[in-house]
Amino acid sequence: MSPILQVKGVTKKFGGLTANNNISFDVNEGEILSVIGPNGAGKSTLFKMIASFMPTTNGEVLFNDERVSNLSPHVVAQKGIVRTFQETTIFKSMTVRDNVIVSHHLRSKANLFGYFLGTKTAKSDEHEFGRSADDIVDFLGLGEIRHELASNLPQGHLRALGIAIGLATNPKILLLDEPFAGMNHDETMRTVELVRGVRDRGVTVLLVEHDMPAVMNISDRIVVLNFGEKIAEGTPFEIQEDDKVIEAYLGSEDDAIGI
Amino acid sequence: MLYKNKQILGVGVFLFVIFVLIPWLIHVSGRWDFYYTLTSVALLSIASGGVWLTFYIGRINIGQGAFALAGGYVSAILVVKYGVSFWLTIPLAGLFCAFAAVLIGFPILRLKGVYFAMITLVLTEVARLTALALPITNGARGISSIPLPGELSIFGLTIIPDFSTIENVKLAFYYLAAVLMVVSFAALYRIVNSRIGHLCRSLQQNEELASSIGVNTAYLRVIAYAISSFMGGISGAIFVAISRSIYPASFPVKDSIDFMLNCFLGGLGYVFGPMLGTLVIYFGWDVLFTTGKYQLLIYSSVLILLMLFLPNGILSLRLPGKKGASK
Ligand SMILES: Nc1ncnc2c1ncn2[C@@H]1O[C@H](COP(=O)(O)OP(=O)(O)OP(=O)(O)O)[C@@H](O)[C@H]1O
Ligand SMILES: [Mg+2]
Repeated sequence: MSPILQVKGVTKKFGGLTANNNISFDVNEGEILSVIGPNGAGKSTLFKMIASFMPTTNGEVLFNDERVSNLSPHVVAQKGIVRTFQETTIFKSMTVRDNVIVSHHLRSKANLFGYFLGTKTAKSDEHEFGRSADDIVDFLGLGEIRHELASNLPQGHLRALGIAIGLATNPKILLLDEPFAGMNHDETMRTVELVRGVRDRGVTVLLVEHDMPAVMNISDRIVVLNFGEKIAEGTPFEIQEDDKVIEAYLGSEDDAIGI
Repeated sequence: MLYKNKQILGVGVFLFVIFVLIPWLIHVSGRWDFYYTLTSVALLSIASGGVWLTFYIGRINIGQGAFALAGGYVSAILVVKYGVSFWLTIPLAGLFCAFAAVLIGFPILRLKGVYFAMITLVLTEVARLTALALPITNGARGISSIPLPGELSIFGLTIIPDFSTIENVKLAFYYLAAVLMVVSFAALYRIVNSRIGHLCRSLQQNEELASSIGVNTAYLRVIAYAISSFMGGISGAIFVAISRSIYPASFPVKDSIDFMLNCFLGGLGYVFGPMLGTLVIYFGWDVLFTTGKYQLLIYSSVLILLMLFLPNGILSLRLPGKKGASK
């Protein structure tokens, strides 16, 4: 079986800075693959190119053997690759439930005019989205606060909502940029389980994360970037033993790769 | 259910006031000049309603004057030079503006914040200069002695009589503007309270995330801008029919700014905000006329204070916590 996603020689230059240099790796369907590396290694940049939020300078990304790089983000989302963000992952002035409902956009059967007229299809869409949103919200443990404004949520719930938004789009591949950032240990472990649950729903998960224990716990495979170069790829066990990786982490003032 | 009943009652009262009570009050008081004022308010609030929709997708639009002017010229030219029925020129003016908005919107709607605002401001000036330069718009002399709207009939059935045969033209224009205002705001309300409004709010709050969930943000922005400009165009067309003339300076930059202020003042979160904002600003300005040279100073100071103390608009006073825009 060919991999679901192939990153092929992807390079990104910002003026003189090479944020990604000739990066290649494959992602298999149904796996959780983490991209790690010190600050500024180029992880977010790589994600942005995979989701076509940024053009590549060189190289391409194939999804089921079809090129998805250098398109528009919404087109790539339609194909099934959805990205959540490192910074703001939500619609602030909507309730939790509305955040998830609006994110069902790709499942719309009616068009804008249909929604304006309130046709049967439009009504059944709205009904269906509401029902599905409730499912997702419950699944991610946000049921109790579904009518809260998203801007009032604490970090842990915000990240969960980010994942809920991603799930609502019914993606084939979900890109999560630092889903555990700002969480304490318990929240992280809970979210790790959620991400596993997402994978068990048949979604392939790519994530960028700094929380090493979580990464080692959750990942099937890991890709390591440093200064825009891919320096290693393998199972969590292989990565922990890798000299180059240890050096990259010890060499930076970042926390060492201690487990 | 109770809320729904209240809503129906509110709409009923509103319709009664504008279609029965106001004409009756004007009739008994003999203040016929109020028709002109209120007709203007209705038309300006249609144009402001359009601006409000662009606010709703997260864009500050200070260019509605350009579309009001364009709509006015389209109607005037079609009526005067081609003998087209005025009634047909209303939708044509709207469509012309919507089409222009699509062409202009695709490139400029990529810009955000001040950048978009500045470009739209420039647009008003560009529209004026274009009207000044083109032969078809008759340059600085503009187009005047535009005939009153003729008869509107379908299959020989008269729907609206020829305005020149109507005794009370002021009342007729008032009704025309009021009907269009009601229809426009009903459409806006429907947009905002359907899934389209939900999508617009997603654009307003986080465009990147919206595209990430698969919303074609460029397309939705252009649609909203086209609807907005359509509203600017029809309001301009009717203005021209009332004043029976149009000049390049008929809708100057000040109008564009006023359209935006109307939205701010009424409240960006409320569909009916622009209507109230227009009313308050229009009358406020008139009332301040008596203060002479201090008019602009007082007007600006009051606006600044209102924005400081009522950042969510006047309607936030009456409907605490219940946003007319979000269900
Ligand atoms: N739009 C941009 N323009 C110029 N330089 C950029 C841009 N985006 C990122 N960079 C630079 O590219 C490099 C990689 O950034 P990137 O955000 O991908 O790092 P990262 O691995 O996600 O870091 P972090 O762990 O801190 O999130 C950094 O040096 C950054 O300053
Ligand atoms: Mg990053």
